[in-house]
Amino acid sequence: MSKYDYVPEPALVKGNHDFASLTRLVTDINLRPTPKGWYLAMIGANSLLAILGIAVGYLIWEGTGIWGLNNPVGWGWAIINFVWWVGIGHAGTLISAVLFLFRQDWRTAINRFAEAMTIFAVMCAGVFPAIHVGRIWVIYWVFPVPNQMAMWPNFNSPLLWDVFAVSTYFTVSFLFWYVGLVPDLATIRDRATDKIRKYAYGIFSLGWTGSNRHWWNYEKAYMILAGLATPLVLSVHTIVSFDFAVSLIPGWHTTIFPPYFVAGAIFSGFAMVLTLMIVARKIYGMKDIMTDDHMEKMNIVIMVTGSMVGFAYMMEFFIAWYSGVEYEKAIFLLRATGPYAWAYWAMMTCNVISPQIFWFKKARTSVGLTFAISIVVNIGMWFERMVITVTSLANDYLPSSWDYYSPTIWDVLTYVGTFGLFFTMFLLFLRFLPMIALAEVKMVIPQADPHNYDENQDYQAPKVEIPTPKVAEAK
Amino acid sequence: MSAPTKKKIEEQPKLHGVLGEFRNPKALYDVAALTVKSGYSKFDTYSPFPIHGMDKAMNLKKSKLGWIVILHGLIGFTGAISMMYYMSVMDYPMNISGKPFFNAPAWVPITFELTVLLSAFGAVFGMFFLNGLPKLNNPLFNVDRFKKATDDGFFICIEAEDSLFETEKVKELFKEAGATHIEEVYD
Repeated sequence: MSKYDYVPEPALVKGNHDFASLTRLVTDINLRPTPKGWYLAMIGANSLLAILGIAVGYLIWEGTGIWGLNNPVGWGWAIINFVWWVGIGHAGTLISAVLFLFRQDWRTAINRFAEAMTIFAVMCAGVFPAIHVGRIWVIYWVFPVPNQMAMWPNFNSPLLWDVFAVSTYFTVSFLFWYVGLVPDLATIRDRATDKIRKYAYGIFSLGWTGSNRHWWNYEKAYMILAGLATPLVLSVHTIVSFDFAVSLIPGWHTTIFPPYFVAGAIFSGFAMVLTLMIVARKIYGMKDIMTDDHMEKMNIVIMVTGSMVGFAYMMEFFIAWYSGVEYEKAIFLLRATGPYAWAYWAMMTCNVISPQIFWFKKARTSVGLTFAISIVVNIGMWFERMVITVTSLANDYLPSSWDYYSPTIWDVLTYVGTFGLFFTMFLLFLRFLPMIALAEVKMVIPQADPHNYDENQDYQAPKVEIPTPKVAEAK
Repeated sequence: MSAPTKKKIEEQPKLHGVLGEFRNPKALYDVAALTVKSGYSKFDTYSPFPIHGMDKAMNLKKSKLGWIVILHGLIGFTGAISMMYYMSVMDYPMNISGKPFFNAPAWVPITFELTVLLSAFGAVFGMFFLNGLPKLNNPLFNVDRFKKATDDGFFICIEAEDSLFETEKVKELFKEAGATHIEEVYD
């Protein structure tokens, strides 16, 4: 026994589950008839999606003049929403790749779910840069394909880096997600009794048999993909922050932007995963897999990244003062006291103050409070992007050109509409694909370890010896 | 009329191998090690998840995937740089705020992204290539029991192609190792 107190890791899967019961728990959702509630939710999501269609249609017809952009503020809600959605997406990659490399087995319960969120969030994000160009019919100019002007894209521009970063990110996230799905699709294929499901899941599972020769290459591929996705996710939000940091606008031109954006992305993404997870695990009865321990661990991540973001906010002020640049100092004072002070303090309250409640174990383990904070955090992160984008542009170098920015109804409808896209995709995912990475969860339960069968070939639960705490001995 | 006779020959089921089912990961691990020890090489084990240490029991060689990935990564890396070099230096050089045509620091992000993209293609498609997937038809799918392999079943199959293969001997091997079910698999 060591001289340190030993804290055993809580069981990753609660309840008395074996392989077969896990399979049933997860895949029954896809195999049983569609519940009525799903249709109701789908109608809601589709109505929002229709709003997106109308808002984007009218935008293409009429031009970006329908948005609230004005002379100094040329970047408004489109950019705010783009950064917000991309940021949300990053939690999925973090859970699936970074936590994999750190051997955090608890990720298996939520990684499928979070990766799906990543893909749909990046889709929502992608809507904005595509439509904000005004003439969407020449959007192919952003790609290096020959055009009638014989010109190529400007490889020195951060906006072009963004095109490559976001499209690479989407592709790699999608492939990573699909690789993880193949064994689970095969499980559904083998359990399906009707012809349509047999064929559909049969095709997409590519004839997976669970061969250990295949698993051998598969695990290698999974690890390499995790190793690739980790620097990728950091690079994507770094490049998104370059959209701002590479310009010469006061408040944007700072070197703190890349790490600060990445921390904010993880912060908001974990909050979004929690929002969705708390609802989904209740509806689908997944509390045995997505346990309260998972929630607590994610709350700790939220608290840490929230504090990092808070530190960055303060550091920005310090550096503005320390730099001695008049414009830099002025813009930060204006953020906190100027025309957008309401947004600044909303951001501060939601992002820096609210997650501090998770220092208390009682708060971290409370489902209701976690749900509330997860929404507050995402509101706060939306305000962060709004503060960064709008304040720096509205009050630039020349006070005579200052103007106040407010959105129009079309800005609002487009943003609301992207939720329709997100939830439509998410509902389809919950209905047709296994929402838990089944093979990976099976791999982390104690029954999967051959060593737990060492005595007389029958399963024995591993015994954890818990030394008595030192305090008790002292008495 | 040679067609019907030809068809008849094709209809004769061909033995693919002998499939044994085992109770748990440990039993499968042990029988895999025993199979290797008995000299068989054309066999495979099937389980709903990768079993820790199975590569050693089955005597698997290191996966070649790493080489495929690095090759793709290098293609992405050189491809990105040569694309940008051709476009901004050779084909249509443009003076953008007096920056050099070959603006190496500004090219880092795109070079990085394309390297990652191509490496990921290498990892995913290389893995499917090494595994011989997609392969939608597999003799093992003729066995109804084999459906459990993606649920909670642990199987081993020694294929008829193996030079040491003898149906009875293989069955005996599985039986002694504690198989719960043994079955011949036909193509």
